[in-house]
Amino acid sequence: MFSIYCPYCEEHREEEEFHAKGQAHIARPRDPESCSDKEWGEYLYFRDNPRGLHHELWVHAAGCRKFFNITRDTQNYEIKETYKIEAEPRITATQAQ
Amino acid sequence: MEKYSGFGLLKHALSYHENWQRAWRNPTPKKKYDVVIVGGGGHGLATAYYLAKEHHITNIAVVEKGYLGGGNTARNTTIVRSNYLWDESSHLYEHAMKLWEGLSQDLNYNVMFSQRGVLNLGHTLQDMRDIQRRVSANRLNGIDSEVLDTQQVADIVPIMDCSPNTRYPVLGASWQPRAGVARHDAVAWGYARAADQLGVDLIQQCEVVDILTEDGAAVGVETRQHGTIKADRIGCVVAGNSSVLAKMAGFNLPLESHPLQALVSEPIKPILDTVVMSNHVHGYVSQSDKGDLVIGAGIDGYNGYGQRGSYGTIEHTIQAIVELFPIFSRVRMNRQWGGIVDTCPDACPIISDTPVENLFFNCGWGTGGFKATPGSGHVFAATLAKGEAHELARPFSMFRFHDGALIDEHGAAGVAH
Repeated sequence: MFSIYCPYCEEHREEEEFHAKGQAHIARPRDPESCSDKEWGEYLYFRDNPRGLHHELWVHAAGCRKFFNITRDTQNYEIKETYKIEAEPRITATQAQ
Repeated sequence: MEKYSGFGLLKHALSYHENWQRAWRNPTPKKKYDVVIVGGGGHGLATAYYLAKEHHITNIAVVEKGYLGGGNTARNTTIVRSNYLWDESSHLYEHAMKLWEGLSQDLNYNVMFSQRGVLNLGHTLQDMRDIQRRVSANRLNGIDSEVLDTQQVADIVPIMDCSPNTRYPVLGASWQPRAGVARHDAVAWGYARAADQLGVDLIQQCEVVDILTEDGAAVGVETRQHGTIKADRIGCVVAGNSSVLAKMAGFNLPLESHPLQALVSEPIKPILDTVVMSNHVHGYVSQSDKGDLVIGAGIDGYNGYGQRGSYGTIEHTIQAIVELFPIFSRVRMNRQWGGIVDTCPDACPIISDTPVENLFFNCGWGTGGFKATPGSGHVFAATLAKGEAHELARPFSMFRFHDGALIDEHGAAGVAH
């Protein structure tokens, strides 16, 4: 069971209050009409899915209902940091190496 | 290799079962193979077996980082059924079902396939409409499937709470009598033994750390324990770790790896002689031949490779089971574990060529791969042998996520994988 720090509530809460929403920082193509099928398909469906550090989008569903990001290790599940939706991660895989 | 039989059992009893042959060799890998299969689970071993048996390619290695059948093959809840909605998937799973029906004879290994039937419960009017639609689709595809009402469900499973006073009353179910369960380890061991007998090298404790490419074509794998192993064609059947291998070859897959948990109770006397699944209250249960209740439900929501999940998910699963079976409320749980499933956006697998030539992937089975083991291996073997997708595998190309021809099986898959 995770204890997750919500950057908006500024408190640790139980995992039950949150939902994971998949990979973070996926930018919607600026002009979807000009995307090829391949580009649009990769935007919609193809994901990093790393074994190791991962930046994920979570929502505090049973709390403030705001979306925020988590940097987490997908092998030992350790939460490295949580940060607001518009922020950039401070911990990244390239740093860790 | 000696043939297993009742007579053999008797013969070995006379020598206290001390002289059984080993079921498979433990070879050192050669420098080069026609086909290297990465992943020694049920699907990988089945692929090797059908390649050798039906396509007469026997210069094959299966490389496995742990031990044979030690991943999701060892961790699933062993349910086998084929009642999927769309033609593409129902053909694939029914192909597997037909192979299941003759599998023990074919492999000369008792996989304990027990066609005890599977119930998929409906708890709302919409559930029942979906069930009717799916059952009709199944029947058009020649798959045995029936719609049952509450009384018929209660007749099959008298211990289930089918009263109208529950929070989620059982309004009916779909029923596939040919569906059932099989002994998961025996499936891996049976395929391993049969493949080994046909000359396939099963190489355990051999982790692939890189996929070697030349001019956009795969030429071999780099392993941690045995160095480079060259291959004309490579098939990756590594379930939860598919994205990791794809990254080695330089591309992404439309997959996310999630923990999926299951648990078994202490052994109890025979009480449940079929399989009960419910998408709506989110749980499924059967009873193993040892007597333990085998219980599972949905995935944990986050990505993970840790082969464990969160306690919250276990609690939800047990809530659903106890809601359906109040009689189980004081059964104690014995063990709990997690496996890593590679989920696809449309809840259907990927059996496909890739952007890298001579490299093929069989993945994305998500929470429901076990039931497809023989069919998956069979069509993937044909795909690897010819270098192009088998007819049944063609709709399951990874490139369907570019052209949009998805096969949405979330209804038939649901939790109830």
